[in-house]
Amino acid sequence: MASYLKFPKVSNWAWKVWMRDWNVFMKTYRVNFILPFLEPILYLLALGFGLGGFVGPIDGIPYAVFLAPGLISISIMNSAFFECTYGSYVRMYYQKTFDAIIATPLNLDEVIAGEIFWGATRSFINASFMLIVVIAFGLVSLPMALIIIPFSFIAGLLFSALAMCFTSISPNINALNYPIFLLITPMFLFSGTFFPISALPQPIQYASFATLPLVHVVEISRALTLGRWSDLLPLNLIWIIIVSFLLFVISINLMKRRLIA
Amino acid sequence: MPIVVSAENLTKRYGDLVAVDGINFSVEQGECFGFLGPNGAGKTTTIKMIQCVSPKTSGKLEVLGMDVDLYPKEIKRNLGVVPQENNLDPDFTVYENLMVYSRYFSIPKNEAKERIEKLLRFMQLEEKRDAIIERLSGGMKRRLILARALLNEPKILILDEPTVGLDPQARHLIWDRIRSLKKEGVTTILTTHYMEEASQLCDRLVIMDYGKILVEGRPEDLVREQIGTSILETKANPEVLSCLQKMKQEFEIVGDTIHIFTDSPSI
Ligand SMILES: Nc1ncnc2c1ncn2[C@@H]1O[C@H](COP(=O)(O)OP(=O)(O)OP(=O)(O)O)[C@@H](O)[C@H]1O
Ligand SMILES: [Mg+2]
Repeated sequence: MASYLKFPKVSNWAWKVWMRDWNVFMKTYRVNFILPFLEPILYLLALGFGLGGFVGPIDGIPYAVFLAPGLISISIMNSAFFECTYGSYVRMYYQKTFDAIIATPLNLDEVIAGEIFWGATRSFINASFMLIVVIAFGLVSLPMALIIIPFSFIAGLLFSALAMCFTSISPNINALNYPIFLLITPMFLFSGTFFPISALPQPIQYASFATLPLVHVVEISRALTLGRWSDLLPLNLIWIIIVSFLLFVISINLMKRRLIA
Repeated sequence: MPIVVSAENLTKRYGDLVAVDGINFSVEQGECFGFLGPNGAGKTTTIKMIQCVSPKTSGKLEVLGMDVDLYPKEIKRNLGVVPQENNLDPDFTVYENLMVYSRYFSIPKNEAKERIEKLLRFMQLEEKRDAIIERLSGGMKRRLILARALLNEPKILILDEPTVGLDPQARHLIWDRIRSLKKEGVTTILTTHYMEEASQLCDRLVIMDYGKILVEGRPEDLVREQIGTSILETKANPEVLSCLQKMKQEFEIVGDTIHIFTDSPSI
């Protein structure tokens, strides 16, 4: 076990890997910047306003206002997780991009770190676009909601590091369906995204708090968009930072085991 | 001439499999050194250890006077590598591939632009500069990878089967380029399946199989000692076969032709 916690050798050269992914992203920037607008609008129309008409306020908050930070959190999770599972897997296995880069002065630690930072950047980009949409719909309290922008990067690290762990142990690309159906889908539903966690039985609530990363992201996002401080927020943030860091270290060691025989 | 790569008792195990089994060799500055051997001989494994991307199991390996375990970054800065498997970046064009790769070596942008122009010309890829990788022929891909390997003006050029799968013309173009690099004083290490390629390019070579070095020498000496100076090719028919067997002449059958190894082909 200790071998998976070996501290990685990452220098600022990892940004060269980040730059590579950014350059690819910018080649198709039109698609990449328009799509993030589309999804939240669809969700808000269908769930916030459509379903919301039947649901009624939650804790005195209109449903669309309750839902908005949930949607932002889901977008943070999905963008980082998909980038560092399917995206990274394709670059690692099919395109041999990692092999090409480690033949240069960069090492594998830096390649993986760059990929994880890039995944977090995708969260940051998509969350920022969603924020614009929910601001336009008048669903968030300003200026506090703007803190979501830097927060989305930190929360993105959590999911890209988690994703990279799965990428490193997947025997093939289809095996990535397992974490998506067994972890991401339950998180999507049970993290306080569409209804408050308090609606669940007490033991499940505790279990969610302890194990579901998205719970902590939703808690913080909702506090920010509602402009409501809660004393638990520092705890949520500390949970995110510690777990991200651990997953970051573990994913790099797992990748080394996989790629450096 | 100073030694730029030296291996002593170099060994690599994958679990129970011994891929490289205690080999010794050294490469001198400015020479072209070859590893010749069949599939699975351990050529790529050896190359990857020199490249500092695969850690050795035991033995000693120094590149440019530095231990591979201790100074991978410094060593890799001075290497240019043509890998056996193409790994060009399909998300980029020819030009972008070179530009992005130059960043990994921290080559300043203006300098990189100049080098890329020179290399595109040298490798005859100027017309393809904006092509996407998918549209390149196998030969063009190999040429581009060679150009990429030269971006950092390496002290040692490592070529793992540089001409695998190429037609004779494409192969000769690559050989020609490797020769002119050698004239500029670049040390070259190459692996190949083909004796012909080894004798065209290498000053010295080793023949490897099952992770071991069987013989070492200059290509022309090895050809003479191991298989005779010439190979006669003839159609395989029963009369020729029985005649050869009677004469106890060395030969091999490849498809429907016979290769006869001899020092005096005129007989
Ligand atoms: N990552 C690996 N894990 C386990 N075994 C490996 C690995 N890489 C190579 N091998 C084994 O090591 C041996 C040597 O392989 P290597 O690729 O070095 O041969 P090679 O001489 O380059 O062959 P080829 O001419 O086919 O490229 C083979 O038996 C191969 O199966
Ligand atoms: Mg090989």
